[in-house]
Amino acid sequence: MSTLESSTSTNAAGELKIVEDATCTFCGCVCDDMELTVEDNRITKAKNACVLGKAWFFNHHIEDRPEATIEGKPASYEEAIEAAAEILLNATYPITYGLSDTTCEAQRKALAITDWIGGIVDTTTSVCHGPSGMAFQGVGEVTCSLGEIKNRADFLIFWGGNPAESHPRHFTKYSLMPKGEFVPKGRKDRTAVLIDVRKTKSAKAADIFLQLKPRSDFELAWALRGLAKGIDIDPKVEQKTGIPLDTLRDMMDRMKAAQFGAILFGMGLTMTRGKHINSEAVLSLARDMNQHTRWVAKPMRGHGNVTGADNVVSWTTGYPFGVNLGRGYPRFNPGEFTTSDVLARQEADAALIIASDPMSNFSQPARDHLRSIKSVVLDPKLSETAKVATVAFTTATYGINTPGTVYRMDDVPIPLRPAFESPYRSDLEILKAIEHRIREHQLAGVQ
Amino acid sequence: MAETFILIPGRTSKQGTSLNEGKYTDGYLEEINTVQIAGDDMQRLGLIDGDSVRIWNDVGEIVVACKTARGDELPSGMLFISYGDKSSQLMGGETHGSGMPDSKGMDVFLEKHSGSSNS
Amino acid sequence: MSTLRISGGTVYDPRNGIDGEVRELWIRDGKIIDPPDDPDVRPDRTLDATGLVIMPGGVDMHCHIAGPKVNTARKMMPDDKRVAPPVRRTALTRSGSTGAVPSTFATGYLYAGLGYTTAFDAAIPPLTARHAHEELDDTPIIDKGFYVLMGNNHYVMKKLQAGEPQLLKAYVAWLLNATKGYAAKLVNPGGVEVWKATGGNATGIDDNVEHFDVSPRQIISGVSQAVTELGLPHPVHIHCNNLGMPGNWTTTLETMKSLDGHRGHLTHVQFHSYGGNVDDQSTFCSQVPELADYINQHQDLTVDVGQVMFSETTSMTGDGPLGYFLHKVTGRKWFSADTEMEAGCGIVPITYKSKSTVHALQWAIGLEWYLLVNDPWRIAMSTDHPNGGSFLAYPEIIALLMDRSRREEVLNRVPAAVRDRCTLGDLDREYTLNEIAIITRAAPARMLGLDHKGHLGVGADADITIYSRNDDIQRMFEIPRYVLHKGNVVVDDGEVRSNEKGTLLHVAPQYDVAAVPDIQEWFEQFYTIRFRNYPVDESYLHDHRIVPTNPMQ
Repeated sequence: MSTLESSTSTNAAGELKIVEDATCTFCGCVCDDMELTVEDNRITKAKNACVLGKAWFFNHHIEDRPEATIEGKPASYEEAIEAAAEILLNATYPITYGLSDTTCEAQRKALAITDWIGGIVDTTTSVCHGPSGMAFQGVGEVTCSLGEIKNRADFLIFWGGNPAESHPRHFTKYSLMPKGEFVPKGRKDRTAVLIDVRKTKSAKAADIFLQLKPRSDFELAWALRGLAKGIDIDPKVEQKTGIPLDTLRDMMDRMKAAQFGAILFGMGLTMTRGKHINSEAVLSLARDMNQHTRWVAKPMRGHGNVTGADNVVSWTTGYPFGVNLGRGYPRFNPGEFTTSDVLARQEADAALIIASDPMSNFSQPARDHLRSIKSVVLDPKLSETAKVATVAFTTATYGINTPGTVYRMDDVPIPLRPAFESPYRSDLEILKAIEHRIREHQLAGVQ
Repeated sequence: MAETFILIPGRTSKQGTSLNEGKYTDGYLEEINTVQIAGDDMQRLGLIDGDSVRIWNDVGEIVVACKTARGDELPSGMLFISYGDKSSQLMGGETHGSGMPDSKGMDVFLEKHSGSSNS
Repeated sequence: MSTLRISGGTVYDPRNGIDGEVRELWIRDGKIIDPPDDPDVRPDRTLDATGLVIMPGGVDMHCHIAGPKVNTARKMMPDDKRVAPPVRRTALTRSGSTGAVPSTFATGYLYAGLGYTTAFDAAIPPLTARHAHEELDDTPIIDKGFYVLMGNNHYVMKKLQAGEPQLLKAYVAWLLNATKGYAAKLVNPGGVEVWKATGGNATGIDDNVEHFDVSPRQIISGVSQAVTELGLPHPVHIHCNNLGMPGNWTTTLETMKSLDGHRGHLTHVQFHSYGGNVDDQSTFCSQVPELADYINQHQDLTVDVGQVMFSETTSMTGDGPLGYFLHKVTGRKWFSADTEMEAGCGIVPITYKSKSTVHALQWAIGLEWYLLVNDPWRIAMSTDHPNGGSFLAYPEIIALLMDRSRREEVLNRVPAAVRDRCTLGDLDREYTLNEIAIITRAAPARMLGLDHKGHLGVGADADITIYSRNDDIQRMFEIPRYVLHKGNVVVDDGEVRSNEKGTLLHVAPQYDVAAVPDIQEWFEQFYTIRFRNYPVDESYLHDHRIVPTNPMQ
């Protein structure tokens, strides 16, 4: 794992520290050009950070919370490790969930634990771009690293997302604004389209805004695919999508005339009726456009290291999320082994939740079940999920307090340079200790 | 008088920034407990910013404050709320074999609520 | 220090001139040592190999087992994995999935189970080297490393265009240090950049790559020059232009000639040995005799085969336009990913069918290569895993090479046109066990410049595979009786008994640090990550070994 020394400089009093090339892990952009000023275990300046990044850096200071709790009461670290191992060893259908806001090193440990105990492992992908992952398994994906978009893209379609608010530096650092090798004039060399049901803040940045009726993403993508192939499209597509056919024709002409186009799509596709079918339509559209010119598509991934979680789960098990190791080998089935379903169907009897808060954002039946089972929760902050945990650990924050590796939304792995030390342990250290304890039990059983 | 709407839960930068401050801060709680409604819908329903509305579907029911959506951000017939506890109360467990519950574009009923929004 | 003696086995150690002699092997600290002079010295342990066949551990010099492309192929193929036999968790070992692209733990166990103790991933984009290291860290038992993609790298092309070979050379060395890679790899040099920019491809080695104004020929000769001067242990590793295209053999021959006396390795050469006309499938034929002849006459060149086997597999390549071509031909799902400033990638599932004349010819062309290269030290076994088939097919390939009747049996059931369009049916040659030991371990280790691998002389790593003799050659090689890695028994009669980490092998060539500001200036203008966050630091390497370079003065 990365144990990069932070490049720092300290003033004479030894109180001020500057960390250069630090990485913000709040959103999937994973910008690694932060210059952090650290004073007295607090980040006081975060040069280059966006509004979300600033909030991330300024608010992850050390809070006065117990290192561990059992049933809500402060406990020693050792007791908590023992209790956590016991819960996981005694469970018959444990589930490991979360993982997108921690390092790959910690994710690998969580996978090891889940493998040894024969549980389910699932990540926040399943309630984010999981459907896009399924779409990719259906039709493939033509994509690229963000630098390709920066250096080549002269036509951008943002679809079902609001990067101005969810990925604030995407426009300026990767897609819309930067000058690139083949688009030397930056913004002037690019055309940008926003397709969404709401005229969000991102609309201001676009040249063209297409307001789509809710739940008609599939129909719009399919109509564009038809036009790309020169097929006549029924003008009634306007009634369904709210967008006139002539507008679509004009758009397709522009898309074909582009040198390099990119569709950057958000959860407006994956969370709406149709889900993976919507993503499949958009991935297919981008693929088909390669008959005319270069086009790519890319989901706008959310959490800092959700892409790392996909990668770690995939290289370990062969499948990206929703993996059941209960039979002693990996099986994959979204809808069956995904967390929402396993909880809502009241199947899991224990949970290991790492850096995620399903009690705040899962469906009501899933939350009701999670509240009723034993759980081990690792989180730097208090959350609804930590509140209902049987064993809860307060953790150091990845990227701010701990080193490690994070994958940007385009699968580019980036090392972390921590700003200051936390009195709390890292996810990696805690998970290592739990794994160690579990293996001691299991190997004692073997001999 | 209840009307049907399509509810879009989503992210906002305020939700993102206040999330970092903590899920128990006033800023975060206000953000996730406020539904945005298009101006003409507000007018038709006789609502003013800060009024309580009751929103429900066959999964659950919430009472939240409302405010007028900025400019032309929202078309008539659509509601927006930041992701959080309230939006989750309206989400069912069915994922249609995808792992993902319907979390956007949900059909809901809305009516003015006379009591407090208890947020 | 405990010692192990392996007694009674028949040893095949071609590098040391041992061709089937009963000999003792002594091992200490993971290395082969001299047997003691004093006959009364007893080893701490003895492994009785009486009646068994002993070879060095296998070395796979060209496979795809780690990194973004491999992992994407795993994610993309749940349909393949669901029906493939799983690797079950045991008390000591982790679980995994198989299919065309096994998961990391499964990959390590399967290679070890096959008697292979070293493997190199052949195509890692530098920007994702860190990812490759993370996966290799989770790939147990085997020693490993990877080659770094350079054939479509913008800085390489810019320095060639500007006529700055010293900067190019410094960059090649800097990049190998930054990635902790092992060798320089060219994939469809220049052609991938044409694909990224226009959706087209380079059609020959003298095409011009627009914007950079260089040709594939310049890239091949420029990088091979740099690699030679840096004295890397492995020469430039080339995936030629026009892979898979009928008539591509002339491009391959031109590529060999363009090396102009520099050492070079041509990889999965089977895919580059086709005659015929691109527009007429019925003209597709073998041109192996002509190319093998050239290889036979040029000592500086080596090849690995990229054997096609009839099976379901997944094609994965750094050759972006090839991925698009396969998608158009097969109509199956297609993944493509371009990496900024560096590389491309294409993934398409593919089924090689014995009923297809083209596929059967590809199978036959691979075998022709093995049988027509006279010197086994200059040809290595590969399937370009998983492109031509899985590495698990090696025992079957060994059987085909050692037994002409097995080849005949296949030739009799594939389309009759195959016999007419290649020479396989006329080739009587049958490999000996010694020759098999050369092409599966001794030769690839030598091509890689790994002095401590591929043989059992004093000082070599004690990576040893011990087989039970069997009239069924395929069976003999499928399930070794014992496999040792660093002197430890890691596989016993098919059962994996270890979860140890292997060693990461990489190079650290010296370079002129005065070149770094020029690299950095270019980097900061175009990349989307910070220059300082690009190099992979040693913390990612777990157990690692730097293989020395031998720079020209």
